[in-house]
Amino acid sequence: MRHHDIVIVGGGPAGLAAAVAAKKAGITDILILERDNVLGGILNQCIHNGFGLHTFKEELTGPEYAARYIARVEEEQIPYCLNTIVADITRDRQVTYINREEGLVTIRAGAVILAMGCRERPRGALNTPGYRPAGIYSAGTAQRLMNIEGYLVGKEAVILGSGDIGLIMARRMTLEGAKVKAVAEIMPYSGGLKRNIVQCLDDYGIPLKLSHTVVNIHGKDRLTGVTIAEVDANRNPIPGTEEYYSCDTLLLSVGLIPENELSKGAGISLNRVTSGPNVNDRLETEAEGIYACGNVLHVHDLVDFVSQEAALAGQNAAEYVMGQNAAQAAGHTIPLVAADGVRYTVPQFLETAGMRDSVTVRFRVADVYKDRYISVYYDDKRISRTKKKVLAPGEMEQVVLTKKSLTEYPQTERITIRTEVE
Amino acid sequence: MNSQRYEVDVAVIGGGVIGCAIARELSRYDLRVCLLERTEDVCSGTSKANSAIIHAGYDAASGSLMAKMNVEGNRMMDRLAADLDIPFRRNGSMVLCFSEEDMPGLQELYVRGVTNGVPGLRIISGDEARQMEPNLTDAVAAALYAPTGGIVCPFNMTVALAENACENGVEFRFLTEVTEIQKYGEGYELTVREAEVSETGADRTITARFVVNAAGVYADRFHNMVSRRRISITPRRGTYCLLDREAGGHVDRTIFQLPGKYGKGVLVTPTIHGNLLIGPTAADIGDKEGTYTTAEELAEVTAKSARGVKDIPYRQVITSFAGLRAHEAGHEFILGEPEDAPGFFDAAGIESPGLSSAPAIGVYLAQMIARKAGASMKEHFIATRKGIPHVAAMDRESRAALIAKRPDYGTIVCRCENVSEGEIADSIRRPLGARSLDGIKRRVRQGMGRCQAGFCTPRTMEILSRETGIPMEKICKNQPGSEMITGGV
Repeated sequence: MRHHDIVIVGGGPAGLAAAVAAKKAGITDILILERDNVLGGILNQCIHNGFGLHTFKEELTGPEYAARYIARVEEEQIPYCLNTIVADITRDRQVTYINREEGLVTIRAGAVILAMGCRERPRGALNTPGYRPAGIYSAGTAQRLMNIEGYLVGKEAVILGSGDIGLIMARRMTLEGAKVKAVAEIMPYSGGLKRNIVQCLDDYGIPLKLSHTVVNIHGKDRLTGVTIAEVDANRNPIPGTEEYYSCDTLLLSVGLIPENELSKGAGISLNRVTSGPNVNDRLETEAEGIYACGNVLHVHDLVDFVSQEAALAGQNAAEYVMGQNAAQAAGHTIPLVAADGVRYTVPQFLETAGMRDSVTVRFRVADVYKDRYISVYYDDKRISRTKKKVLAPGEMEQVVLTKKSLTEYPQTERITIRTEVE
Repeated sequence: MNSQRYEVDVAVIGGGVIGCAIARELSRYDLRVCLLERTEDVCSGTSKANSAIIHAGYDAASGSLMAKMNVEGNRMMDRLAADLDIPFRRNGSMVLCFSEEDMPGLQELYVRGVTNGVPGLRIISGDEARQMEPNLTDAVAAALYAPTGGIVCPFNMTVALAENACENGVEFRFLTEVTEIQKYGEGYELTVREAEVSETGADRTITARFVVNAAGVYADRFHNMVSRRRISITPRRGTYCLLDREAGGHVDRTIFQLPGKYGKGVLVTPTIHGNLLIGPTAADIGDKEGTYTTAEELAEVTAKSARGVKDIPYRQVITSFAGLRAHEAGHEFILGEPEDAPGFFDAAGIESPGLSSAPAIGVYLAQMIARKAGASMKEHFIATRKGIPHVAAMDRESRAALIAKRPDYGTIVCRCENVSEGEIADSIRRPLGARSLDGIKRRVRQGMGRCQAGFCTPRTMEILSRETGIPMEKICKNQPGSEMITGGV
């Protein structure tokens, strides 16, 4: 059986950054497996700007951001297979993939990096009543049809859900001459970035209807309209608030789900909140030598953080392959606990033995909070807190834990991240 | 018979599972058969939106055509599935009874089943039922177990019958709507509107010695064109929820509820493709195109299903849909010639157990027509048909061999259901190939999975356009009017 030191599943932003970092750390035998016909993943269809402010200190479009990483992969001569789907990963790191040139191939990997990204929640998951006509797209599908294939999906649109792709598509369709009549969001707050609401809706006079949802879909062949209603605190439609919008297109931006079919197949259990694998501070899943990063681990808002996270996964995988993984050394595992308005943390565990000087912990909050602290506790001892003017579920937050602070509390059994009013 | 007077010997109206089953059986004979279908594909009405099960046959009144066709159709399924490569499994079914006072009803069902000729029926205790199906609720007091109940792919069953009929000479005309039927000699003249040429306004006529009315919810319309003994078909809407494959193992058998003091229940069943299906509701409506779902009916599906089966993971619903049963007031299949319209054969009022009965109805009507026509059997009837290979279900060696021969079977387009480009291309290239995205979906399951075609739609549209020459702007979800895009950027 063919062997590769590191096999990376997915050639999007996470897979590319992981590959570059693994190479830099000294591994040359790397293979990236990508299902699409080009590298770059979802970035290829994100032709708007706003990417790279953290990584490159300049504003790039999605394809430009991807191109920089692809160029580095090419420079480093890191091998990759396109049009290749991974069919199976086992816990002992056998990876089976399929493509038209090689057929069905099973290889053995020193380490595996999961970088499969995420998918959009479809209409079916919402159980929205009505007909099932043409003209209902998830926002990302419409984005691909417009920006990669060059087709206009419709002339009059309503968008359900205010996730970032939905907001971006509201602007994109408007720029192509379509009329976007409204964005309905079932929650009392948007799931997207504030800057996208301003730049994609407010600037074009597109109404954002918070606490509203689509309650009926009209039109048997092609969509002819939708009924939108206000919802109560339990997200149930309020009778009498129905409003009809005639439109030929309904775009859905109602959530992203990490694509973890392969992880599950490898017997890796998933976190209930993130739908991604539980990982330690080295981004290693509960299966030894299998790492996860990017949107397959948890859904990100900014690609810059995906790149950072993936680079760390790449470096850690490289060290594991080179036998520098200190996890076997003496130390203990400390669970990270999300509490009091913090929904989850990534990583979920910290292994003191292999810990780097600092560990970035990313998380999201459960609701919109004003003037709260984000606090870190080692057991019952608060060791830091940061005041935040606004916290929102649509914006990922982070705290940094240092090895130095933890060595001061060597008996720590639990680290808790919570929000606090006082 | 002086058949030369007519363009065809038999015109079958309707390309659902019933029309296709009849056409396939007719194709055994030396008859010129033509099937007229209003939409762009077979299996686009009731046949595509139902419980996808082969009933054992204990439900219908003893002595009725429904009972006879159901039991016979069920019995025929093994052979038919083998001959035509139809995904089918006898997973067995259970009818749940929730209280002592409903026990006589269960007993009655058992007796009726035995009378109808259903083999292997047994009444089992609640505990035995739970042993067989651990996810049944404690409320289950007893159950009728029918080992011959089965699950089938209704799409590929219909497509298989149609393809085999086509191979045996039946002519299929799609986008061809029958608008009028008049007496013509001993036979009939059908006026048809062809959607593709309708802009010219030219209606055509077809003359046929015999007509088969397999028009589903529209069967009353055609029947009443030729007979004064009027019938009335009421669309009875049934709403379903389909759950992710992850939930497919929640039950292994098809679980029905005995109608009792809580009303008629809903079924919970695995599908032949490994999903979990729950439903249907029953609402009589006036609109023969009313295949929409409502919030109330969707809520009813979940509420009722929970009575017999616990912990159904409703969060894993991937789609919901509604189908229309062609309910006739007499609740009996109407098969054969009305007294005042000889040569016109109804297959009307085909509601549940219509899918299960389709193979038997096909034989029944085809024999009746052949006898009347004095037709003899063809010498070289082709009895078998192979389906499109499904790479995900193949063993490693066969899959590798196939990819070596056909590299496009190595490119996965639909990642949720693992459908390759080769399968999609073949679904279009075959006789009676798909002409729409839904047509492809029904044949090879592209877009059937948990992302509901989010990823594979653009690529599938491209393949369909490439294979058929239909420009991208004209690619439809199903029939004309359901175009996917509105133009170029």
